[in-house]
Amino acid sequence: MPDITREEVAHLADLARIDLSDAELDHLAPQLAVILDSVKSINEVAADDVPPTSHALPLTNVFRADVVRPGLTAEEALAGAPEVEQQRFSVPRILGEEA
Amino acid sequence: MSTSTTTRLMSFDEALEKFDPVMGLEVHVELNTASKMFCGCPTEFGAEPNTQVCPVCLGLPGAMPVVNEKAVESAMRIGLALNCQIAEWCRFARKNYFYPDMPKNFQTSQYDEPIAFDGWTEVEVDGETFRVDIERAHMEEDTGKSLHVGTSGRIHGADYSLVDYNRAGIPLIEIVTKPIVGTGAKAPLVAKAYVAQLRELLLGLGVSDVRMEQGSLRCDVNLSLRPVGQEAFGTRTETKNVNSLRSVERSVRYEIGRQGALLEDGGTVVQETRHWHEDTGVTTSGREKSDAEDYRYFPEPDLVPIAPSREWVEELRGSLPEPPREHRARLQAEWGFSDLEMRDTVGAGALLLVEQTIAAGASPAAARKWWLSDMARRANEQGVDLADLPVTPADVARVQALVDEGKINDKLARQVFDGVLAGEGTPDEVVAARGLAVVSDEGALSAAVDRAIEANPDVADKIRDGKVAAAGALIGAVMKEMRGQADAGRVRELIIEKLS
Repeated sequence: MPDITREEVAHLADLARIDLSDAELDHLAPQLAVILDSVKSINEVAADDVPPTSHALPLTNVFRADVVRPGLTAEEALAGAPEVEQQRFSVPRILGEEA
Repeated sequence: MSTSTTTRLMSFDEALEKFDPVMGLEVHVELNTASKMFCGCPTEFGAEPNTQVCPVCLGLPGAMPVVNEKAVESAMRIGLALNCQIAEWCRFARKNYFYPDMPKNFQTSQYDEPIAFDGWTEVEVDGETFRVDIERAHMEEDTGKSLHVGTSGRIHGADYSLVDYNRAGIPLIEIVTKPIVGTGAKAPLVAKAYVAQLRELLLGLGVSDVRMEQGSLRCDVNLSLRPVGQEAFGTRTETKNVNSLRSVERSVRYEIGRQGALLEDGGTVVQETRHWHEDTGVTTSGREKSDAEDYRYFPEPDLVPIAPSREWVEELRGSLPEPPREHRARLQAEWGFSDLEMRDTVGAGALLLVEQTIAAGASPAAARKWWLSDMARRANEQGVDLADLPVTPADVARVQALVDEGKINDKLARQVFDGVLAGEGTPDEVVAARGLAVVSDEGALSAAVDRAIEANPDVADKIRDGKVAAAGALIGAVMKEMRGQADAGRVRELIIEKLS
């Protein structure tokens, strides 16, 4: 029994809005299972005295003061947009969900 | 008020006889920091689209966020004001979802380590106190604004969407209550009172503009029904877009009626997001609620943990304004309001407005009079919250000052408000433009009084005989002749003078 089922991969693809065919699912699901298995080997290395960690550096409270700094102009911000209308990013409509 | 053709509603009273409502309120507050949560972009409302953006809030590759210290401080102050514990150590988390309003494809939020948790507050409805327990208050960032282009204006039927990222990354605090039980028929009013009080509290803290109509305070209402006497909660719905105090009350009432009818008819409530429609006063089905695991939360690797020192927390606690209950008690004593007057003021959502009107120079009685009678009626007619009327406390104080100076009377004052609300300018501008000043020409007034006495000899005799109350008829006649533009008090004085 692999750690990730075909159904779970299909669901993840759906969440990521990636349209996978049945053939692609058959191909990818076992690959993801192998990747997960490889990553799991870290668990074997980590002993009980090593707490789970999310950061490499032992830092806390890194802040910036609440000061405005110039960012991009609208032209710069929109320069990489595939489509622009009314100084906004034009994107395809998203079905099945409402903002 | 129209309802959709297929939705049966149970009357509110019947629903409350059979079912016990359980509520959960989620309030999102935009902080009023100068810059965004994780970058230095400005946060001004109403700027031209995509002019307050940078690589961080646009999610460009390689951009690194840095936390705004003031936002963390505001979050902790909100938590403390809600009697919460402040985390000794907490992290941000990525909430992953693919929707164009977040260009990063995740929202930086907090998941199982909120900065503030386990608090409470008390709200009062009709003299009864209800305790609302606070589950958590956590930090996150706002999303961009989408404009759906198409025939219907809503996303279904839209051809494409246009996105403005000025709002993306503005600091947001989400305040979540624990299930609120035991409110029964008062549920809609408790919900409204809670949000109104939160607004008051946030304004007192100075951490947000709390303008519901501008979206700087937004409310999601979770509601479920359980048969009276049953312990287990029913299935809940989450109503989004509830963006006025009035709507908070109405949406709770609507969902109670809708779920009541559904359960009575043997149906089941679907756990889903529902959309509130301000215009029709109904909720409609949205998407089925995603499971938390679908968001695949994980600790944000680009931001280090936050570990507020206890000294910092105590310093912030020491700087808190007085709690709402004490604040109200002090105001009531200062203003000389009766319990009932105070209750009505709070219930109408007018406490802040009255407070600000008094601060702008009006007497407490005058401030209460204008907001609770005239303005409340107008807000009701227009179906908006008092605070959303386009008239400011300063305007109300100015109109009252004009009355006190004898430049206008109450009747003209209402016309001044008509003008202010119609966008004709400040009270003084409306008075000038509409020519609303009372006639202060003593000669003209005196002549009008003489004519009224002559035309009503019977009434004049009564007044001569000491029946001063009869003067009302003559005052009415004079006011009519002057088309309302006279100081009624001065007219009365003239009548008494002439007839004694």
